[in-house]
Amino acid sequence: MVNVGLIGAGKMGISHLAILGAHPDVNVVGVCDTSKMVIEAMEKYSPFPCFTDYKKMLSQAKPDAVVVAVPTRFHASMVAELLQLGIHVFVEKPFCLKPEEGVELIRMAKEKKLVNQVGYHNKFVGTFTEVKKLLEAGAIGEIYHFMGQAYGPVVVKAKGDTWRSNPEEGGGCLMDYASHVIDLVNYLVSPVQSVQASMLKSVFSRNVDDAVFAMMQLQNGVSGLLSVNWSDDTFRKMTTSVTINGKKGKIVSDANELKVYFKDAACPAGYSRGWNVKYVTDLTPSVDYYLRGEEYSAQMDHFIKAVEGKVPNLLNSFESAAQTDNAISLIRKAQP
Amino acid sequence: MERILFGDNQFFAVNHISDEKSMAQSIRFKEDAAIIRTLDYAMEAGINTFMCTTHDRIANICEVIRSQPDKYRDFKIYPCMPYAHKYANAVTELGITGTIKQYVPGNFFGSLFKGGVAFLSKDFLSIMELLIDAEMKMFKGINTPVIFLQNVITDLLLGLGMKDVLVAFHHYVQKKYNAEAGFITMNMPKLLDVLESAGIQNPIICSSINKAGFRMSGGKELYEETLRTRQFRAIAMQVLAGGAVSPREAIEYVCGLPNIESILFGASSKTNINDTASLIHHYDGVFRPTI
Repeated sequence: MVNVGLIGAGKMGISHLAILGAHPDVNVVGVCDTSKMVIEAMEKYSPFPCFTDYKKMLSQAKPDAVVVAVPTRFHASMVAELLQLGIHVFVEKPFCLKPEEGVELIRMAKEKKLVNQVGYHNKFVGTFTEVKKLLEAGAIGEIYHFMGQAYGPVVVKAKGDTWRSNPEEGGGCLMDYASHVIDLVNYLVSPVQSVQASMLKSVFSRNVDDAVFAMMQLQNGVSGLLSVNWSDDTFRKMTTSVTINGKKGKIVSDANELKVYFKDAACPAGYSRGWNVKYVTDLTPSVDYYLRGEEYSAQMDHFIKAVEGKVPNLLNSFESAAQTDNAISLIRKAQP
Repeated sequence: MERILFGDNQFFAVNHISDEKSMAQSIRFKEDAAIIRTLDYAMEAGINTFMCTTHDRIANICEVIRSQPDKYRDFKIYPCMPYAHKYANAVTELGITGTIKQYVPGNFFGSLFKGGVAFLSKDFLSIMELLIDAEMKMFKGINTPVIFLQNVITDLLLGLGMKDVLVAFHHYVQKKYNAEAGFITMNMPKLLDVLESAGIQNPIICSSINKAGFRMSGGKELYEETLRTRQFRAIAMQVLAGGAVSPREAIEYVCGLPNIESILFGASSKTNINDTASLIHHYDGVFRPTI
């Protein structure tokens, strides 16, 4: 059994908590949030020990691992404190507000040999893992272009301000939405090395970007585009997709459907020349407990297994998330 | 419950396998008349129960149903609440407290915070009741014998161990709406354990049940075993596993399982509605000839 604590019971935190609560190898030893309303509801209706001060939770509940789902600006200091105490950490995305903050956390986690993971759940989506497999096998030949996109209906009219509308606190479409796409491109193709041009547009928000467009070059020399807009209410929920052009074929994938085109008959087993369509239903292993998508349970299970030493701590490490932070910073700097 | 229930995913661009199809559906069902026409096709196929989420547009459909009492005399709606994306998108933007402020009717919430006095924990269930009432408003005057909790909420409460809230939902819809509570879930065996342990006998549970094992958490074998050995009123949904199984194979599998009271499916065209209904009747004739 792994003793796990949770700091931050907002939208993602509560979802993680439910997944942890249902996990057979997890003992939830503490839940912490500064919202009195949330903690009182938890105290009354859930079996978990509740705290409003995370330091108190750490000293009293003594977790082996902690899930951090607080606003991004608190990540760096809180994660450092946890690592200092020898606690394994799962932290929500994006990792840190500034890339330099991540460098120190990576060093600490390595030095103390602690499991570290960041919540970029797309790497656990069946279609995207299949894309990764195809690319690693060189199935579409030399890659020369990519397009990463995400659209959804988060800010669809002018509204009051929250921490998400403050760029200093990690708000905005670039940090919150585009980070997913950047991280996916980093993982599938190659980490972003430079950003040639970018536009951050406010559609409805006053202080933050609601849409992000960028031209980027990756470490392996491939270039491509990023197009993300969270003010698009023609989408029912967040929809993330990647298109990757290779000299021998093309991949178009979102979280539901994978379409692969092969120019000739030399292609991997299970595929043939021309268009191939596969669905997430065929590509996703089922989970023991489902909430909002298999990927959320799968990523938490991966973290717990890594803490138990059953799987290597490779996917979504601080290191890979820091590369995403770095790309976010490059996109900001490349604005006209 | 009737053997066949008609679902609404196709009307609201919910497609589990293709975003393109989802957009095509959104275009196809832009006008409420297109939804009504499809419901009429379902009625012609002998399906008189519409199981639908509490999406804003359902209010318009309810309006049409109320305006033609003769035509819809035998028509029933099973509301499924809440329409979660409405709340989920609001939570991303406004936070949990902000969302409750926005959606709890009246100034109930404001009064709780009056003078900075902490409110009593028992009020959380009152908030839930107010949210249920808000979602049920659109169904006034319509026959709603079963009211469902959507899977995202059922499963969230299940994971959080909030058994009492599930029970409170069960009791409230019975008391206030003289309806039975239903629970949609992606974790059927786990949910049944919890409901039974809370003293809810023979609950109505709607879950993914399909030959591909898609979204059957804990595994297909455990689901089959649960159907065979436990007492509850099962509704099978996602029987086509998002298209992973052919319709004939899919319906043959589900009709061959024991203890499934109803089958839920949605379809956009008259042909698909008729074909699926015929397949169910056909395989019921094979597996349940006496019923």
